[in-house]
This record gives sequence, structure tokens and C-alpha cells, in this order.
Amino acid sequence: MLAGQSKKPKLEVLNATKVYNTRSGDLLAIDRCSLEIMEGEIVSIVGPSGCGKTTLLWSMSGLHGLSAGEVLLDGAPVSGPNADISMVFQDANLLPWRNLAANINFPFEIKGVKPDWIWIDELLNRVGLEGFGGRFPGELSGGMQQRAALVRALSFKPSVLLMDEPFGALDSFTREEMNRLVEEIWLDTKTTIVLITHSIEEAIFLSDRVVVMSPRPGRVASIHPVPFARPRSMEIMATKEVFDLTNAIKQEIVGTQVSRYPNPATSEDQPTQVTG
Amino acid sequence: MSKSDAIPQFKGKSDSPGDVGITNMSALTSGPGIKSAREVLAIVLVAVIVVGGMELLLDFFEVPQYVLPKPSEIVVALVSDFPLIAPHLGHTLVELFGGFAIGATVGLILAAVITQFPFAEKIVTPYILLLVTTPMLALVPLLILRFGFGYEPRIIAVALASGPMVMINAATGFRRVDQGKIALARSYGASTLQIFWKIRAPMALPMIFVGLMVGSIFGLLTAVGAEMVGGGFGLGNRLTSYSSMILMPQFFAVVMILSMLGILIYVFFFLLGKKYASWEA
Ligand SMILES: Nc1ncnc2c1ncn2[C@@H]1O[C@H](COP(=O)(O)OP(=O)(O)OP(=O)(O)O)[C@@H](O)[C@H]1O
Ligand SMILES: [Mg+2]
Repeated sequence: MLAGQSKKPKLEVLNATKVYNTRSGDLLAIDRCSLEIMEGEIVSIVGPSGCGKTTLLWSMSGLHGLSAGEVLLDGAPVSGPNADISMVFQDANLLPWRNLAANINFPFEIKGVKPDWIWIDELLNRVGLEGFGGRFPGELSGGMQQRAALVRALSFKPSVLLMDEPFGALDSFTREEMNRLVEEIWLDTKTTIVLITHSIEEAIFLSDRVVVMSPRPGRVASIHPVPFARPRSMEIMATKEVFDLTNAIKQEIVGTQVSRYPNPATSEDQPTQVTG
Repeated sequence: MSKSDAIPQFKGKSDSPGDVGITNMSALTSGPGIKSAREVLAIVLVAVIVVGGMELLLDFFEVPQYVLPKPSEIVVALVSDFPLIAPHLGHTLVELFGGFAIGATVGLILAAVITQFPFAEKIVTPYILLLVTTPMLALVPLLILRFGFGYEPRIIAVALASGPMVMINAATGFRRVDQGKIALARSYGASTLQIFWKIRAPMALPMIFVGLMVGSIFGLLTAVGAEMVGGGFGLGNRLTSYSSMILMPQFFAVVMILSMLGILIYVFFFLLGKKYASWEA
């Protein structure tokens, strides 16, 4: 059964437009993006670097406002950070002066609620970080830091999980493992997940739908449904269906980039992050 | 101190030791650690050779005591005259702690507040720089005129010397805003106050320690200097009076006490930095 069906929309992005005022003038990052994410759905966003994926995700989280358009969560406008939404940032973003346990406790400290350590220990076990609670981020590898950030994001059982390239620093084996873990957790919790990724394979393996964004200014270029039941096995990745879908998406991203090459009018196109 | 004004770019974890200097926490936390008994032996041996060698050389060349007393004479003076020196040490400590407490408190609060308002910071910074660069000792004669020969002028001078030092370093720390970390806290619904105490303050802590260390050492210098300018008590006063009486062993005994005080301050902040700010090094 597909998760996206017969459910109500959890997040609605309506004509989202974001202009950054930079020193070198205004920069249109995303332009009239519209997207509906159903409750319990997993949606991936792919697109060329700098096309505004992070910008779109931050708008969904309420971390920054929009220049035009709006985002609705359960039908109500999002005007700031929401307790139901959890973010995994593009870098692990752990606090280096706190050990892992204290980092995971951080959201609870801010919210003033007691952490569910049984759930957290289970998460730590699943990501292979059991017994690392006393370690500081500086003592962990980049991949371990990202896994810890995932645990922190899931620790308070958010109903929406927004992830910005959460597994970018992982090797492909660990990455596959993490993908299976996300699926497992989704099967348990049915959390609505929006995932930005550069890996089309990851997007297809995890998502109900893959959203392709155009180069900046980012628009929703196309949406590809991925019609496989969960739990998915890695075998599906070898089917012709997936092969064709992967190629189609790849073509679309590369194609849109190629069509831009004759127009060198975009100089500030380095993959700058919003967090920079 | 011009370097403390630069805004260091903060990275999640830095694997390079960074530039060396008192404005960098790694200078505090990456001090040489003693590893083995052999190292201890070597250190002691060198100390014995240096001190013993000095003793022998001074003896051999019959250097008069008023030029440079022998280490043994200094130690004897230190032990025998300590009861006489101790009250003066007490006075100096009162001035140092009193002035430093005032200066550091004001400096820290000012740094925390002023960095929240970039425009106000632009206006205030030149004056703070002026306070940092002007030797506060220069004001002591004036302060004595106004407040007499008691504690007051000295405590004020110490506060004026240490406060700006604490402030300028702490401000550098508070200015290190990592938007990513602040966004993280905001995503959980953190208030401005929570962001200050849980993100900005810990992030500034290494620089705050640097400021406190530099500030307290500047405070010690200023306290001793102010005591030399006027007034009948304090270690600085002992220095002037012993030298005028040509009591060189006693004079150097006071110098030794001052060095030890400085080292104690350094070690104190070194350990504090190691405990609470080692994540940065
Ligand atoms: N805070 C900001 N101020 C000004 N411009 C910004 C800011 N954040 C992002 N931009 C610009 O907006 C555009 C979109 O950036 P964004 O980070 O959303 O892209 P992205 O799709 O997430 O890229 P990547 O895949 O490399 O992470 C880029 O051109 C970037 O330079
Ligand atoms: Mg991004």
C-alpha cells in the first residue's frame, strides 16, 4: 500500500518564493514552488547544487520566512519553528562542547521536557552508536556525527522530519544501512519525511515521490512517483523500472544544467549553504 | 593586542592548532604535557644546573650582593622575611581581586550586551581600544590625588586595566555567531535567552577564558605598578623600598613571589580552559 494515498496533506507549500538580499543585490533562490506532502509520506527533493533545496526546506521548517507564498502544516500557516517538525541539517551541526548524550538531550532542554532514554538508546543502538554517549563530537568521524544528528532529530518523535542531505558524508555501505534504518523507523512511526539528497538511488529507494527541482531560481520541475511497497528490498534497485526512473531523473537534472551552460550570467552559483 | 580584534572563523571542529598566541585558546590548552618520569628527571636536572650554575658563577666571580644576590641568599631572604612580606602580599591580592572582580564583571556584561547591537558596538569599540592600549598606570598619580594613598586608586587602576582586556576578548567570542548552531536551537523553539545561554555563551567561553587570563595578568602588573607610584603598602611598595635600602635578596624574594603569582594565575586559567573549553583545541 502506498503511504501517500487516501491521507490528508501534512505540509503544503503554496507558491513559495524566497529572495535573499545579498551584498551583490537580490538573489531569487526559489520561485513559486508548490508542493503537497501527504501525512506519512516520504518525499525526496533532488536538483542541481545551489538550486534552492535547502532554502525550500528551511521555509518548510519555519526557520526563515518567505518573500511570497506560504507553507501550511496541517492546514495552518507556518510562521516559525514548530515543535512537531524536526530538522537534520546539511552538516551534522552537533554542539562541540557537549558530549553525544548532552547533544541528544539538547532539544529536550530547550523544550523543557524529559527525554525518553529508552527510545533514544534504541535509536543509538540502531545507528551503531551505543556506548558513545560520553564522546565529544570532535572525537567522532563525520559519518558518526551525522548518525548522531539523526538520532537527535528523531529523539523527540517529531511528526515531520526534514532532512538536508543527512547521509552525504557516509560511505555507500553505511549509507545503504542508514537508508534501511530510515525505512525501518518510518515503518514504526509513519513520520512524514522530506529528504534532500544528491543520490538519486537513495531518493528512489526511500521515497513515495521524487521531486526534481530546476536550477536556480528553483521551481518544481517534475514529480516522479515510486510505486514500490515497503519494506523495500535492495533488489528493487536492480529492476528495469528503477533503472529507467533513475535515468529519467538524471537526464532531467543534467539536461536542465546543460541547457544553462550557454548562459553564463550566473556567477554566484557556488554551492553556498544557507547555514554558511 | 590587535589580533584579539579579528573575528576568528569558527568551524565545527578544527583539526589544525590554529595560530599561536594568547588570543587563541589552543595556546592555553596545548601547553606541554609532562609524559614520563624521564621527562620529569630532565626538567629537574636542568633546573638544578641553571640554579646551581648561577650560584657557582656568582660565587666564583665574587659578584657583589647588591648587583645580583645568589639564589641561596634569595631563598634565605624569602623564608626569613616572609612574615614581613606576607601582609604586603595580602594587600596586593586585595587590590588584584577587588579590581579584577569589578573590571571583569563590567567587561563581561558589556561584551555580552554590546555584541547584540552591531551599531552600538561600532560606536563603543574605539573607546574600548583606547582603554586597552593606554597603560592605566599613567592615571595612577591622578587617582592618588583624588582618592589618596589607600586601596581605592589601585583597585580602580586594576579594574581599568583588566576590564577592557576582558571585554575585548569576550566580545570576540560573543561575535562568533554560528548561524547553523543558532538555527538548530531555533528549530527546537529556543528563546533569545536560551540561545544566549546555550549557544552564544558556550561558544564564547574559550575567548572569555583568554580574556580573563590576560586581564588578570594585566591587573597584577597594574597593581604592582600603582603600589610603586605611591602609598606605604603592597608588594610594589616593598620593591621600591628594598631597592632603595639595597636589600637585594629581599628585593628578589618579592620578585619571586610576583612571578609565582603570575604563574598561579596562568595555571588556574589553563586548567579552567582545559576543563571547560578543550573542545576547541
Ligand atoms: N543566507 C543566504 N544569503 C544569501 N544567499 C543565499 C543564502 N542561502 C542560500 N543562498 C543562495 O541561494 C541559492 C540557493 O541556495 P540553497 O542553499 O538553497 O541551495 P541548495 O539547493 O541547497 O544547494 P546544495 O545542493 O549545494 O546544498 C544559492 O545560489 C545560494 O547562493
Ligand atoms: Mg543545500
